[in-house]
Amino acid sequence: MDNETKEVLKDPMLIKNPITIQVLGICSALAVTTQLKPALVMTAALTAVLVCSNTIISLLRNKIPGSIRIITQLAIIASLVIVADQVLQAFAFDVARSLSVFVGLIITNCIVMGRAEAFAMANPPGKAALDGLANSLGYGLILVTVGAFRELFGSGKLLGHTILERAADGGWYVPNGLMVLAPGAFFLIGFFIWIQRTLTPSLNEEA
Amino acid sequence: MDLVNIFLTAVGIENMALVFFLGMCSFLAVSKKVETAMGLGMAVTFVLLITTPLNNLIYTYLLKEGALGWMLGPEKAAGIDLSFLAFIGFIATIAAAVQLVEMTIDKFSPTLYASLGVFLPLIAVNCAILGASLFMMDRDYDVAQSTVFGFGSGLGFWMAMVALAAIRERLKYSNIPPALRGLGITFIISGLMAMGFSIFGGIQL
Repeated sequence: MDNETKEVLKDPMLIKNPITIQVLGICSALAVTTQLKPALVMTAALTAVLVCSNTIISLLRNKIPGSIRIITQLAIIASLVIVADQVLQAFAFDVARSLSVFVGLIITNCIVMGRAEAFAMANPPGKAALDGLANSLGYGLILVTVGAFRELFGSGKLLGHTILERAADGGWYVPNGLMVLAPGAFFLIGFFIWIQRTLTPSLNEEA
Repeated sequence: MDLVNIFLTAVGIENMALVFFLGMCSFLAVSKKVETAMGLGMAVTFVLLITTPLNNLIYTYLLKEGALGWMLGPEKAAGIDLSFLAFIGFIATIAAAVQLVEMTIDKFSPTLYASLGVFLPLIAVNCAILGASLFMMDRDYDVAQSTVFGFGSGLGFWMAMVALAAIRERLKYSNIPPALRGLGITFIISGLMAMGFSIFGGIQL
């Protein structure tokens, strides 16, 4: 593997993480992470869509006229999302219900559009697919960590299995209600950004 | 009464940005200044007001199961369910509406166009807009309800965004740890705002 490929693979996980640095795809990162399972499913769905859309758009990159490229990209992405949604409804109906509108919102997930614009339109298919994979892994990394934290401390469970016995069920753990509510997600991601930037000071912003 | 209920719920209790986390990308990225936040908020509200009822019509008369009855007659249309096409139909409507809005504003109010110009194309990929249409589909709203719902969601988003921008303008004067500056503190502030908004949580209208 040459250095450039390595960078394409490694960068989006850490120093160019789509969520904490590029500020892309925040909506779903916050909304589907109350539990670990939807976070995992969401990551899988996004990975499938992003890898395919990057590959297809990269294959067509010389044929798409500049003036209508946004709507062309949207059409490609929307078709892929429809496929992902139908697959989820067929094979994982419960999870699909709990993700509600957020599967559909992969269409407007800025990561997909952002990578299509920034990378797939300018690079060959192989590399674009890798870039898609790496970015969805970087996205998944944050999603799964946040999901695990919120489920563990919000309800004492992981993937539905009890880890910390709740006081209400005769155990010792008093769940932190903030974790399952909206603010908890904001705080957690805020803290992740804080930790990441403390470890890598070059990422700090002015003001 | 029902419409007032939907409106108030959309503005406060189910605020697009702070409760459902929709439109987060622009919410965080374009909220550095109150002025730009006003511009984007206005544009989002406007597009939501147009696209939600429009998508409702498309859904009711083209995509829903048996919806083609007015064209093919009820017996033939009964088995046709095109609702899986909703995503692509909605996003196409939104992209087209954004384009139209852009051209209209450019023609009739160049000043407004100049102040919104940059944000208008961005709106096509704002999740709040598609999200509103998908919620509308999920909850089976009719045309009047979805108009009110679209407008209310837009207003709530606008309000939250201007509030965040105002707080961020103030932050310039505070001494924040270097690693937390910019994005980090913005997340934490949004969290605090979301806590504020959750006071609406238990209200039954």
